[in-house]
Amino acid sequence: MKNNGSKAWLYLLPALLFLGAFMVYPLIDVLIYSVEEGYNSASQSYYDVGLYNYSYVLHDPYFLQALRNTFLLVIITVPLSTGTALLISLGLSSIKKLRNLFQTIYFLPYVTNTLAVGLVFMILFKKTAYTDGLVNVLINLFGGESVDFIDGPYWAKMFVLCFYTIWVVLPFKILILTSALASVNETLYKAARIDGTSKFRIFYKITLPMISPMIFYLVITGFIGAFKAYSDAVALFGTDLNAAGMNTIVGYVYDMLYGDSGGYPSYASAAALILFVIVLTITVINLMISRKNVHY
Amino acid sequence: MKIVLENLTKRFPNRNKKGGADVVAVDNFNFEIPDGKLIGLLGPSGCGKSTCLNLISGLETPTEGRIYFDGEDITDLPAENRGVGLVFQSYALYPHLTVLRNITFPLENLKGEKKMNRHEMDEKALEAARLVQIDGLMERKPNELSGGQQQRVAIARALVKMPRVLLLDEPLSNLDARLRLQTREEIRRIQRETGITTIFVTHDQEEAMSISDMIVVMKDGVIQQIDKPQNVYNDPKNLFVAKFLGTPAINVFVGSVKAERLYIGDDEVMTVSGAPDGNVYIGVRPEGFVPDDNGGLKCKLSGIEIMGRDTSILSTHYAHEGDTIRAIVDSEEATRFTEANDASGNGTADKPGEVSFSLKPRKVYLFDRVTEERVYCKTI
Repeated sequence: MKNNGSKAWLYLLPALLFLGAFMVYPLIDVLIYSVEEGYNSASQSYYDVGLYNYSYVLHDPYFLQALRNTFLLVIITVPLSTGTALLISLGLSSIKKLRNLFQTIYFLPYVTNTLAVGLVFMILFKKTAYTDGLVNVLINLFGGESVDFIDGPYWAKMFVLCFYTIWVVLPFKILILTSALASVNETLYKAARIDGTSKFRIFYKITLPMISPMIFYLVITGFIGAFKAYSDAVALFGTDLNAAGMNTIVGYVYDMLYGDSGGYPSYASAAALILFVIVLTITVINLMISRKNVHY
Repeated sequence: MKIVLENLTKRFPNRNKKGGADVVAVDNFNFEIPDGKLIGLLGPSGCGKSTCLNLISGLETPTEGRIYFDGEDITDLPAENRGVGLVFQSYALYPHLTVLRNITFPLENLKGEKKMNRHEMDEKALEAARLVQIDGLMERKPNELSGGQQQRVAIARALVKMPRVLLLDEPLSNLDARLRLQTREEIRRIQRETGITTIFVTHDQEEAMSISDMIVVMKDGVIQQIDKPQNVYNDPKNLFVAKFLGTPAINVFVGSVKAERLYIGDDEVMTVSGAPDGNVYIGVRPEGFVPDDNGGLKCKLSGIEIMGRDTSILSTHYAHEGDTIRAIVDSEEATRFTEANDASGNGTADKPGEVSFSLKPRKVYLFDRVTEERVYCKTI
């Protein structure tokens, strides 16, 4: 047995080396950076070890703004996108004609570049000297006043960001949920019909539990994805997110490293670790909730 | 409850794009199922028996014809209002619910004055579970049960709301051989105890023969014969029914009748009084052969097979349709036959010999060569 043990480690060695070099070491490095106060990457020097970096980040108004934006984004987009995807998937699986066509249409955003989509959203929402943007034209048509979605009030910018995020993540969720719905055994529905089960009860008591593992998967990955949002905001509001007040946590980390206020790897590391702890906590809570409600 | 099917027809549109005729799954069914009986719908796969069951359950709507439950026309009634219990071939248990919740599921759907509280539902469920003897497994999930237990849960779920009709779609096909024997007796017992009119679909003739009060033999959507199991076996209406029922299968020969004498090939085998002259198919049940040196049917012996209590003499004949003629003989005859064979050195593997049979008249059926309808059978 002992021999077997050492052999096993030998076989694991290549993977362990790679994981160690490219995952474990950087992670530890980030942790170390985050506690080194006044770290200078050019001279590789620092003058103290402590929690000052965390304190700085947590008191930085830009970080707090980014934190608020990210939380809002997560809380709004994850339930909305999952719910919308479920509705669309239910619709897709109940039609026969043109089903493939609709499936393709719904999947298109997934294979489209984020920045290109951002450009389209700009055209839809941005106010310029020549036009107020298509959305504003529509609002005007119904008698509303034009809103500047890109440079205007906070809620309008948040709306566009959420709308955009939902639109971008929807195709993948629809894809997963339509296949999950298709995999539910047809005879279960027949059995339920014979027993006079109402449509809503069939959905609530049979469909939902049967696809719950997939919904759970989408919620978890949705949370993680939304917490890590960055490129979406850049696509809509440009690279100076702090000025636009639309920064996200990842955006803040990036700015601390390379942005105009950049050159602070210690602050960036601290912010990254705060994000890590938040995502970990949320995921653990998700897992705990799922244990009761997900049926494998 | 009495079920009457009247001109019941179900056509499915042809899936081939080039057109073509509709597929007739159920063709003009007319029959009556008496109250409290166990009926077997029997036929090869694809003969429309499951479609027929689905029509009765309401999962499919008929193209033509009516269905009556106790004189009440329920053709246009949706499935849930018909009061039928259906057990699916794959059981269709809800995998995320416990046995108890699976069984109470139909009760939870009840509305109005029939609505029950949790306690009443659990009582009812336990009652149904006791009937099928799974009352000790109520808190388990379906995947923690054996196939036979799942089957019982499915039956309990179908029975719990006291349906007017119980429908079973191939109820035994997912069970192993031993369990199948046991479960079919169980189905019979449950049906007797509840007195619910029960229809079950099967392609296994033995299953149908063993527990049904009445068998409906189907082929290509058309009813071939409706009768008591033993009558279908002893008195088959046509060649298909004769071939489909009985294991081992009936032996079919080509032959002819001339002046009330029956010829298999050139062998004159027996007299058939009253049979019209002409070319016929001759069906002889395996138990209809008697080894007899003076017998008219002369076959080439190809082997003897002893399986438990049965001894089969295997032989070939040029007028036989199929590979080998299988004659099941009783043990006394078999011993006598093998001893005689051993003495003469006939019929061993190295020296194939001859065997002659005389036929038991009641086990011989004649069928028209064209219509395949039965034209002669010695009645009891």
